[in-house]
Formats: sequence, structure tokens, C-alpha cells
Amino acid sequence: MTTIDIPPTIDLTPVRPRPTGFLQDTVSIAGRALRAVPKDLSAVIPPVLIAFFFFIVNIATLKGLTQGSIAGFDYTAFEMPTAILLGVTGVSRAPALVLDVQDGYLDRLLLTPVRRLSILVGHMVADVVVAAVLTLPILIVGFILGVRFESGPLGVLVFIALAAFWSLAFAAFGYAIALKTGNPAAVQSSFLLFFPFLFLTSSYVPREQLTPWLQHVAAWNPVTYILEGLRSLAMVGWNASDIGQAALAIALVAVLSFAMCFKALDGRVKQK
Amino acid sequence: MTQPTTTPSGGSGPDHAHDDDGSVAISARGLSRTFDETTAVDGLDLTVARGEIYGFLGPNGAGKSTTVRILCTLLAPTAGRATVAGHDVVTEPNAVRSRIGVALQEIALDPKQTGTELLRLQGRLYGLHKSEIEVRLRELAELVDLGAALDRPIDTYSGGMKRRLDLAAALVHNPDVLFLDEPTTGLDPASRLRVWEEVRRLNEHLGMTIFMTTQYLEEADELADRVGIIDGGRLVAEGTPDDLKRSVGQDVIVVRIDGDADQAADAIRRVPGVDAVEPRHDELIVSVGQGASTIGPVAVALADTSVVLRDLTLRTPTLDDVYLQLTGNRISGGDAARFDPSDTTSDDPTHARQPDDHADAMEALR
Repeated sequence: MTTIDIPPTIDLTPVRPRPTGFLQDTVSIAGRALRAVPKDLSAVIPPVLIAFFFFIVNIATLKGLTQGSIAGFDYTAFEMPTAILLGVTGVSRAPALVLDVQDGYLDRLLLTPVRRLSILVGHMVADVVVAAVLTLPILIVGFILGVRFESGPLGVLVFIALAAFWSLAFAAFGYAIALKTGNPAAVQSSFLLFFPFLFLTSSYVPREQLTPWLQHVAAWNPVTYILEGLRSLAMVGWNASDIGQAALAIALVAVLSFAMCFKALDGRVKQK
Repeated sequence: MTQPTTTPSGGSGPDHAHDDDGSVAISARGLSRTFDETTAVDGLDLTVARGEIYGFLGPNGAGKSTTVRILCTLLAPTAGRATVAGHDVVTEPNAVRSRIGVALQEIALDPKQTGTELLRLQGRLYGLHKSEIEVRLRELAELVDLGAALDRPIDTYSGGMKRRLDLAAALVHNPDVLFLDEPTTGLDPASRLRVWEEVRRLNEHLGMTIFMTTQYLEEADELADRVGIIDGGRLVAEGTPDDLKRSVGQDVIVVRIDGDADQAADAIRRVPGVDAVEPRHDELIVSVGQGASTIGPVAVALADTSVVLRDLTLRTPTLDDVYLQLTGNRISGGDAARFDPSDTTSDDPTHARQPDDHADAMEALR
């Protein structure tokens, strides 16, 4: 007969579960998502490197051309928001949520009394923090290259907040796909959605320099207004119209993407 | 088809318990679940008393995991009603979730977290205070024997360690009812014995009600106060392991032959003392009251037929014999499996109990 070493009797301290609030659940889930970021640097470093690459190359390619043709134009400040949106767009914990589905860990969470909405919102809170942090290295490079914010230090904070909330609004598409499909490849492909957003707009030259048909398309592209709001903070100062339009553009995208991801969440977590 | 006449009443069973007097931990009435055209659970009636270890036994695809997922609030029933710890699984899911611990068949862990991180998060989601979580962490680490490994990422754990951590995660909040869905599937024999010991300890020391699905006959026999046997989504028998086995007969003679099984079965049925004969492929399972005195006449009866007797074995009945008598299949045989959308693993049926031989009948006849 097999002999095994069974540990002596252990008396477990009796504890009782207590109701938790939405905030506590969200903070718990966000904490877990944030702790996972350093263990999964491959999800955040490449986008920042790509952003750096395009930032430097675009400045080297177009700075002379644009500054030569537009008096007083600071192309580095103009291009910095494009680089930052490139760096923070699509960065989210949505692929990690897919892995939770695949590993069965989402079921482990669903077996607890955690509020279902907190599972999603906790990930999103983490995304906002990560996106805000990812803007910093590009901002620092911009400062080193001579960019100065006309709106001052508070403008820098608003700039970071707008970039982070845009990142979140776009990430919600990824969460919708993650929760709907449970497929990591599908989530990764959601970044492709960003290409028309990023390139059919004033990413590289001012809107008035675009060809007429592209100007028309850019006028319907929310990223145009986000870029113009961010640029305004750096190059103009406090222009309520520009900042308001940027915030409205983010809000409109968020309404659509959040509606999709909340619907997908409901489909994933409800007792079917 | 449920056969209530074959459902012995268990000595520790809650036959007279009522849902509303606090003595019932789990109750299901007419519980059903269909997936498209497939019925995974079909009108299940179930009562598990508080403090009981209930073994839910059946082959792959019988509906065990679907039942567990309904009782744990992950799935909604398509018909019927169930309460766990006094709360309805559909209308009061959060009250149920606060009172249950669950270790699903598929280990549900985040491989990137350390064991400690995972258990701490579990504690927070159940509203435990930080000091309580730290105390529980130390106790659970000792209980599941993970020690320093708790500070390592889970993806470095062996299968047995993951299974034990999964159990610890189910116990963080000291649940009233613990669901274990095939808790020892894939474990080596030593780890299996350790899990059994932990299950017994939780039940005896904390009075925890344990609902355990298994396809291992020995596991149900060793651990469960009562066993429910499920087949095709229906409960086909229920009782203590001893009562269930006694329903088959005092002894079982296994006859292996070459030739016409029906002819052999007819001959054996005429032998005095034979209660039932169940043909199965080249075997006949003969239920008898007194095996030692009946095995000789059985051999003589077969000698008068045209079949070739290959061997005779006398042994005590097993839960597999109960299942065979009720369904015509063996839990330990591959042909008993049916589709169950919640059963996502294919388990090795050869882990089924090897019955205790009383004697080798061929040897006795020499």
C-alpha cells in the first residue's frame, strides 16, 4: 500500500464573507490588472517603441518641409500628439481578459460575489493608468526636442488625461471583441480599426493642407478633433472650443464602444 | 428513467429533511438543462443535508458538471428550481456565491499571478479584512501543503499543485457548501489520497457540506456519506454506498464465457440462490445471496450448455455493479459516455475501482 505523509490536522480560522461595494470590487480587479503589467511588458513596450520610431522619423522627414512653408510652425509639437495616440491606442488588458476566459479564471471570478461590471471596469481603470504612464516617455522626448506647452503644467495634465481617455474609449472595442469571441487573435486585430482613424486625418500635416476629399473625410473622423485638441494645448494654450471638441469626440466614440462592450459583458457573464 | 424503487434510503440521508428548516444544504426539484437539442440534466430531484458528503457519480457526459454549474450559479436551469444554502440559485445568485466554494473540473487559475496574489484577491472579493486574509493564507498554505511555492507564479506549478491551489481558492472564505467537480481527475495516487484526506478533514472539523462529482467508484465509496448515480441527466439511484451495493446482492459472480450469452444466462437464472443475471459482452454479472454456496451450481449449470466457460470470479458488489444493473452500462467502460457540454475533459476510465476478489472461482473448483 502507498504510504504518504498527510499533514497533521489544521484548524482553519472561521471567517465570514461580507458584502463588498462596487468601488472595492473595482479596486481589487484593477489592482490585479496593474500587477500583471510588469509581468507582461511585451504588451506595452512595442507600441511605445513604434510611437518613438514614427515620432523621430516623421520629424526628420517632414519638419523641414512644413516649417519652411508655414511661418512659425512647430512641427515637433504638432507631431507629438500623433505619436502619443499611436503609442496608447490599442494598449489594454483586453488580451489578458481573453486569457482569463480561456484559462477558466473568469469562471473563478464569476463564482465569487464580485460585481460583474467591476470585472470590466477594473480592467479599464488599469488601462487608463497604463495609458497615462505611456504618454510620459513621449512627452519627455518632446520636451527634450524643444516642445513647450502654451497651456502650462495643468495643460500637460489635461493632455495626458485626454490621451488616456481616448485610449480607454478605443480599448472598449477590444473588450467588446474579447468578451464576445474569447479569441485573442480577434482582439489583436481590433488595432486594425485604428488605421483609418489615424491615417484619414491630420496626423502628419495640418487639416487645411490635406487634399479636399481627405479634408472631407477628416472632418468626420473623431481622431481629427482629438489631435487638434491635444495640439491646441501644446501650441495655442487654453482654447475651450478645441479642447471641448476633443472631449466630445472621445465621448462619442466611448458611447459606441462602451455600449458594445457592456452588451458583450452581459452576454458573457449572465447565467445563460 | 428514474427508478425510485432502486433508490435505497440512506442511513445518513435527509429523507425527511425540509428545505426551510436549515437542515438542507442543497435542494433541486425538477432541475433540467438543455443545450439546443441535447438534454444534459433531465428533471433532477436532489436533496443534500447540511454537513453531508454527497458523491455524485456517473460516467463522462452523464450531466454531473452541468448540474454543478447550475448549482454554482454559472448556468441557469431551463426548468426546475434549486436552492443552495437556503438561497435560490437563479433569483439570489450572490447570496449563493457568498456561501459556496467551488473547485471546478477545469482548474480555474491565472497562471501569471503567484499563489499568494490569487488567494489574496479571492479574500478581498469575499470582503475579508486584510488581517483575516493573511491568517487564512497561512492556514491554507499548510492545509494544501504548498508552503513557499505560494510565492511563485502559478505557471511554474505542477498539475497536482495547481489542483491543491484551486481547492485553497475555494476555501478562502470558509464556505458552507463546497462543490468539488472531479477533484482528483489527473492526480497521481498519492495526491489523490491527500485530497481525500482534506475532504474528510473539512467535513469532520468544519462541518462543511461537500458535493463532489466523480467518475471514480472508489472515491465515491471511500468518501461519500451518500451517493447519487446519474445517467443521461437523471438520477437513477441514491443511497449510502453500502445500501446501493446491497441492492445488487450480497455477492457477485462474474462469469466469462465463449458462446451464446443468452443461453448461459437462462441456465444460470435457473440456479437456486441467483437473484439476477446481467449479460454484458462476453461476461455475465450474476447477483447472488451466498456466493460461496452458489458458485459451484453455477459452474455445473454452465457445463450443461454449449458455451465454453473461461473463468468464474466471486467478489463483493461494487457501485459499478449498481450502475450496470440500473443502466446496462458500466461507469468504468467506455460505452457509458454520453454528451455533456460541460464535461470538457476526457478522463481515463481505467482508474475505476478494481473489486476485491473473495476467491478465484476457477481455483476453488479445482
